[in-house]
Amino acid sequence: MGRNIIELKNLTKRFGDVTVVNNINLTIKENEFVTLLGPSGCGKTTTLRMIGGFEEPDEGQIFFEGKLLNPIPAYKRNINTVFQRYALFTHMNVFENIAFGLRIKKIPKDEIEKRVKRMLKLVDLEGFEKRNVDSLSGGQQQRVAIARALVNEPKVLLLDEPLGALDLKLRKEMQIELLDMQRSIGITFIYVTHDQEEALTMSDTVVVMNNGVIQQVGTPQDIYNEPINRFVADFIGESNIIEAVMLEDYKVAFDDVVLDCVDKGFAKNEPVDIVIRPEDIRIVTNPDEGMIKGTVKSVIFKGVHYEMMIESDTGREYMVHRTIAFPVGSYVGMNVQPFDIQVMKRGDPL
Amino acid sequence: MKKAVKRIYMGIIFLFLYAPIIVLIVFSFNKSKSRGQWGGFTLDWYVDLFKDRQIREALYFTLLVAVLSTLISTIVGTIAALGINNMGKFSRSVILNINNLPVLNPDIVTGVALMTLFISVKIELGFVTMLIAHIVFSIPYVILAVLPKLRQMNKHIAEAAMDLGATPSYALRKVIIPEIAPGIISGALMAFTLSIDDFVISFFTAGTSATNLSILIYSMAKRGVKPTINALSTLMFTVVLILMLIINKKSEKGEEILL
Repeated sequence: MGRNIIELKNLTKRFGDVTVVNNINLTIKENEFVTLLGPSGCGKTTTLRMIGGFEEPDEGQIFFEGKLLNPIPAYKRNINTVFQRYALFTHMNVFENIAFGLRIKKIPKDEIEKRVKRMLKLVDLEGFEKRNVDSLSGGQQQRVAIARALVNEPKVLLLDEPLGALDLKLRKEMQIELLDMQRSIGITFIYVTHDQEEALTMSDTVVVMNNGVIQQVGTPQDIYNEPINRFVADFIGESNIIEAVMLEDYKVAFDDVVLDCVDKGFAKNEPVDIVIRPEDIRIVTNPDEGMIKGTVKSVIFKGVHYEMMIESDTGREYMVHRTIAFPVGSYVGMNVQPFDIQVMKRGDPL
Repeated sequence: MKKAVKRIYMGIIFLFLYAPIIVLIVFSFNKSKSRGQWGGFTLDWYVDLFKDRQIREALYFTLLVAVLSTLISTIVGTIAALGINNMGKFSRSVILNINNLPVLNPDIVTGVALMTLFISVKIELGFVTMLIAHIVFSIPYVILAVLPKLRQMNKHIAEAAMDLGATPSYALRKVIIPEIAPGIISGALMAFTLSIDDFVISFFTAGTSATNLSILIYSMAKRGVKPTINALSTLMFTVVLILMLIINKKSEKGEEILL
């Protein structure tokens, strides 16, 4: 990963009275796989559309390789897009769909032929040249849409929820294929999704957005293990979020417990939020060996693990993921390792 | 039993609908001038038809008006549909209601209104006014035929074309128009059929200098029904029937057909 290829500076977009993208700053590097992740309406698609040139920012700048991109219309940007639900040209066959961009650039016929063939091979659709796009399955249409964009050899590929219309199994397959493609051709992918698992699986960098504001930027591991606030912790994976007080460095307290943690630098008695992932809570059969004691309220089988709700003596509910189930009603102890506790500055209550 | 009743019921309805036309067609091949009796098969009336200068002239006007009004109303209607499709929800429903009104309006009202308008702005009634009238009543149908195709189309398709380097006008010509072509063709066929079909509006807007086939048939019929009228009406019915079959076939398949 090298130079910066796209920079967003103080980017703002309003639709009427609603600010959908609120003063965001973001730097994207060459060959990076960046995912904009957030619930619907968080501004991720609008951000993508501004980079593609389909929405004009109200304020702020977009830079592409250091040059200001704002005044350049979509059709002159060296950026291509894979649209939601593909937006293929239904009056053209597969070959013509993929060749569309090349024909506009007046590339010689035999060259077009060669490049389209190469793309069809890349997306595993050899022999589909003459097929009508309507006759293809969702997954195949998706591949045509990707080929149609990639054949132009863009420096940046924008993908707007490209797998949203596919079923789960096909999604998983396409995730891996897309990732392979991105690695092999080495271009920057900016990917929009609301699926946190997809974001964690595929990205080099995840940008979590909410209400038009970037909440956190980081690697999937950072985002999952060290969420910066309640929103991120809650949106990414399952979590127990607890309002607590930082007693001193490395000591956090809530209810009737004081836990060791690895965080420092907070003021004495500063109110904080802490996150404990359900899989980081260990259960011991002897309640006295646990830092927190509680009663198992419910057990649900989830396939890989059991999801148990355990209510502590102080009335707080904990979600716990374990591969061994404890019967409902049993009184158990719970332990958490210091490095499994993530302490966050108190934000707005959710 | 139930099935037989259903069939008979349907048969009677179709008989009611088509008996007059069948009689008309049969008698257009009748050798006898009398309308009551069959005097043997002949094609004379069809030959007479094309010998008659008045009829040839009316045919020429009919086709000219049909072709021109189809062409113009299809272009105007398609552009209007593109605009309406991009409107907000509220303005779109307002415009669509305004658009539907002339479709439901009785022809005679449209005809009289147009005549009054032409006279009040002092345009002499004739070929031009008839052409304008035909364009006016065809446009709403073109819009109604094109809009569904636009609504069906993926809303990002124009953006996809521009994303691939197409200028807005190239995207319109090479992507949007071909995508909605089936709707445009349906609209054009509908406009053509309506134009050939129309009597009432033409009657009020044509004045005396231009006469189309339907006006001619009307004035001939006033002087007594000659068998040539049967032949002429049969021909018109056949043309409209063929056009309707093409339109139905197209909408059935939901795709484009090459004419």
